[in-house]
Amino acid sequence: MKSLTNFMDSFGAILLAIIWIAPLLFAFWAATHSTSDAVNLKLFSPWTLENFRVAWAGAPWLKYFINTFLLVTVILIGQFVLTTLAGFAFAQLQFPGKDFLFILVLMQLFILPEVLIVENYAMISRLGLFDTILGVGMPYMASAFGIFLMRQAFKGVPIELHEAARIEGCGLLGILWRVYVPLAKPTYLAYALVSVSTHWNNFLWPLIVTNSPDTRPLTVGLSIFGAPENGVDISIISAATLMSVAPLLIAFLIFQRQFVQAFLRAGIK
Amino acid sequence: MSAHANLERRRQAIYGWLLLSPAAVLLTLFAFYPSIATLWSSLFSRGTRRKPTEFVGTENYAELFADPTFWLVVKNNLLYAGVTIPVSIFIALSMALWANGKIRARGFVRTAYFTPTVLPMIAAANLWLFFYTPGLGVLDQIGSLFGLPSVNWLGQPETALWAIIIVTIWKEAGFFMIFYLAALQTIPEDLKEAADIEGASRWTYTRRIVLPLLMPTTLFIAVNAMINSVKLIDHLFILTKGGPSDASKLILYYIWEMAFAFFDAPSAAAMTIMVIAVLGIVAAIQFFYLDKRTHYQ
Repeated sequence: MKSLTNFMDSFGAILLAIIWIAPLLFAFWAATHSTSDAVNLKLFSPWTLENFRVAWAGAPWLKYFINTFLLVTVILIGQFVLTTLAGFAFAQLQFPGKDFLFILVLMQLFILPEVLIVENYAMISRLGLFDTILGVGMPYMASAFGIFLMRQAFKGVPIELHEAARIEGCGLLGILWRVYVPLAKPTYLAYALVSVSTHWNNFLWPLIVTNSPDTRPLTVGLSIFGAPENGVDISIISAATLMSVAPLLIAFLIFQRQFVQAFLRAGIK
Repeated sequence: MSAHANLERRRQAIYGWLLLSPAAVLLTLFAFYPSIATLWSSLFSRGTRRKPTEFVGTENYAELFADPTFWLVVKNNLLYAGVTIPVSIFIALSMALWANGKIRARGFVRTAYFTPTVLPMIAAANLWLFFYTPGLGVLDQIGSLFGLPSVNWLGQPETALWAIIIVTIWKEAGFFMIFYLAALQTIPEDLKEAADIEGASRWTYTRRIVLPLLMPTTLFIAVNAMINSVKLIDHLFILTKGGPSDASKLILYYIWEMAFAFFDAPSAAAMTIMVIAVLGIVAAIQFFYLDKRTHYQ
């Protein structure tokens, strides 16, 4: 009886797992077969890499890759600097106005950047950052969630270490850099993984702020490439899609455990 | 001594404000000022070359309330939220109970569930296009094996929103599973042992012990899912563009369309304010009713 329920559990779990990755498997299969074989579901037709070659030639993918890479790097550096400073101030310093500022930061958690696209677009244009990578990244740098996360991490640092560093003659920024930042390494890693995968995947805001292949990230490039009016067929779209998700997907498969823990630790994005 | 303490206090205040200022500036530029500017511009008319903008009070809101498309979009979004939230929570819970149990191929199962989460929604939509395309898509191919007629899943008003809903559930469930998985691992082993000694069935144990202990997690996931039901719209750009005849249009897509396709900024602003108000209520529920520790452990 027990082994039967155990078998049923394994069966159900694996069946659901197969359903869940089926779209990805189908895309892989379609990308490696000729279009006419793919649309006719000829499962055992010969393999080909032709679709990847055609898809690669169809758009400046390398530029898109570099743009996405630069974008996530710029955002991550900005977030690390800003949330470290703010998180430290909220966690370890006493000053008037702190509680009020903290409530303001809390409020940003529900004012999604996605909803404010119109005014943020106006702001980016006013700052002269339209169609720049910095313009795509800037609204996400002062992440309220990141400030929260760093504040939590810094609150866990024993005050004795802080005192000891001060007695050694370390200034406040020195203490932050030498004591707090190294101790929060796991939090930084978790935050980095969540941030990179969020912004690697972001679409709507880059669509609005970018206007040229020189700044466009992969997601926007992919959406333009896949538009039906471009007359691209399903095998080539699949190939392009797989190419653009490959780096993140491979990273995920290698660092699976860290990825899952990062999402656990980070809660909301 | 008191002079020293005073100096220290002042030093901390200066440092505090200095350290916060970069974040405060950016939050002001991209969250607070835009919110107020949106509220402000929602009270003005749309400017044309002949007629400059003028203060109209709540007229934009009244106009929006009289717009049948707006109500259709609200209805769509409510249906979208009403289906995706419970279904993805239910699937996430099943996934977590399985992925936490002693089953075969556990590593593969966990990876498979979570993989859609790391894909861009745009890429996910491209993959699903392959399923939904009429005549050529996988769904129709499978259907034709059983003699079913070809269905234009994305092209007819009855099915378009449901096709969008399915993609969303597929994308979200694995993400929510992670939170349940974490919560399940904090449930002490001896509760299970005690239940076994008492002779409780697995169903009783799950219903009486596991589900109540997962309640805070469920609430947390529900709030997140509600927020996502406003912001997850990327697949609309690939799959339906809100059509046919607005049948799959969601509120954020409509805001984007108003502002960047119809150039009607005041209407977009009025809608944005309403979305912020609703999200504010959701946030208030989150702050007042949820145990804060479940968010940031």
